[in-house]
Amino acid sequence: MTNTNNWGAVAEFDSAAAIYQACEKVTAEGYTRTDAHTPFPVHGIDKALRQSESGLGWLVVCFGLAGILLAQGMMYWMNAVDYPIWVSGKQPYAWPSTIPITFELMILLSGLSAVFGMFALNRLPRLHHPIFSHSSIHRVTDDRFFLSIEATDPKFDSTATPKFLESIGGSNVEILED
Amino acid sequence: MTATATQTTARSLQQIAPHVTSKVKDGDLVKAQMGLIVVGAALTIAGFFTGHGDLSYLVGYMGVLGICLCALFFTMLQHITRAGWSVSVRRLSENIAGTLPFMLLLFIPIIVSFSSDHGIYSHWTEKWNLTEGAEGYDPVIAGKSGYLNPTFFFIRVVIYFAIWIGLATFFRRNSIKQDETGDPALSMKMSRIAAPGLLLFSLSITFAAFDWIMSIDPHWFSTIFGITYFAGGFMSFLAFTILMCKWLNSKGYYKEAVNTEHYHDLGKLMFSFMVFWTYTNFSQYMLIWYANLPEETGWFAHRAIHGWGAVGAMLIIGHFFFPFIFLLSRNVKRHSVLLPVGAIAMLLVHCLDMQFLILPSGMHGHVAGHGGDGGAVAAVADGAAHDGFSEQLSAYFGTISWADYGCFIGLLMVMAGLTLLNVRRCNLIPLRDPRLSESINFENF
Repeated sequence: MTNTNNWGAVAEFDSAAAIYQACEKVTAEGYTRTDAHTPFPVHGIDKALRQSESGLGWLVVCFGLAGILLAQGMMYWMNAVDYPIWVSGKQPYAWPSTIPITFELMILLSGLSAVFGMFALNRLPRLHHPIFSHSSIHRVTDDRFFLSIEATDPKFDSTATPKFLESIGGSNVEILED
Repeated sequence: MTATATQTTARSLQQIAPHVTSKVKDGDLVKAQMGLIVVGAALTIAGFFTGHGDLSYLVGYMGVLGICLCALFFTMLQHITRAGWSVSVRRLSENIAGTLPFMLLLFIPIIVSFSSDHGIYSHWTEKWNLTEGAEGYDPVIAGKSGYLNPTFFFIRVVIYFAIWIGLATFFRRNSIKQDETGDPALSMKMSRIAAPGLLLFSLSITFAAFDWIMSIDPHWFSTIFGITYFAGGFMSFLAFTILMCKWLNSKGYYKEAVNTEHYHDLGKLMFSFMVFWTYTNFSQYMLIWYANLPEETGWFAHRAIHGWGAVGAMLIIGHFFFPFIFLLSRNVKRHSVLLPVGAIAMLLVHCLDMQFLILPSGMHGHVAGHGGDGGAVAAVADGAAHDGFSEQLSAYFGTISWADYGCFIGLLMVMAGLTLLNVRRCNLIPLRDPRLSESINFENF
């Protein structure tokens, strides 16, 4: 790391196949803090970059269980403890009547945790990201594919990394500042 | 834009997937096919004559029929949504639905039971035409006699099978025809027919479930009943398809044409319809429990005594809680051993579901707690349902016969054998379907 202001190096590719092969080479070279930015999902690119599985599923399961416990606790406390009401011969706490609310609350908390957990894991919302200063990044939603290697990568070098990106077929290689 | 007709037809299998053999080799799988049919038929016949007779048979028949019917549903569903992922699996579902003409033959024992004294449906077949004041007159059954009468019953049997066999033949025949011509217009044609086909299918399976299961207890009624039957059937169809594909894979067929991605999707659908079964069954139960009307609760009263309470609990655990946790993970659905294990468990629990629907009404008196026969409701009110789980479970093992499982397994084997017969007669996958390449290269994100 020569310059602490550097965010990383970004290279442009013009096809899904090109960036896929580049990703494999980048991984083979030993880079770990990498990312691919593409207009549409590219099959197998997660594996090519050795991206670990998202932990979002576990977060959603935990919140779903929390929803179940919250609903059951709430209804037990309200119906059987705080203000017991006998309705049409049913027990104050009758489990079949609690299922719809338990189900809904489980879905609600799972859904919200999936959305906001995704936000948190992606560090969203944010107003700006260094990659937006790349000169042709606007084409990422159209027809160009971008591969970034961050400066925090142990193998990152502000002169060798851009050269390497060019050698594997990248164009418009730029070092971006944080 | 000078695309010619030849360019619009699909690429050949050799271009898409060079390792896939298009057909079962001559003479291969014959032993398995004959073995399944012979052993299955022997099991079924033995079950029919040693167990609860026609009731055991009905348990097996309705369980297997649900699988065949939902194979037809699956085929039409893929056509109406113009699905790409499922093309290589679709031929198998066409072949399973292709056993429906044989299912008509296998319906004969139920017709025999229907026509005999003390048959499965004797409660209404004996009373539907009684006039007021006659001995045994039942106003509820008399009120339903416009629908529940033998003539209309047989007319409906003919209508149902005409719809099912007609649709199954149409989709299988056109799909096979496309193997030769490669004409994409056939796909469009099947997509168009799938819409009215699904409508006819959903009506016919609903009323078939009313006629053949719900009418065993002619006082009881539930409009959601047909959907619960369909949900369990579709789940079992997916379980059966997973097992058949795995087995054909192990015999060296399909290769990359049916891969982990397809099993993952079949597993997802199986999981979701397992949950859908729970959703519809709970919806049915909760409304009846809440309203607490005797003509509705009687059906559940029958299922709370004589050990059936334990079966209800086992269904909640085995048909929902256990598979929900087991199949939830993506890794299990993509696992080559765990997914088939789950599929076998779902098939067994489907049999238990059919027992729960059919046997209590058939074995312990037909009418549940309404009019002159309030036995079950009275027994539940007296606390019969409050026996512990272990007492109920031993009561279940006391009443159940091996044939209540044996007939289901036997008929499932017969149906699997007949499916193999169909599989051997045509190509393994729709070779020139325009979306075949999409299906083989399909990937879950």
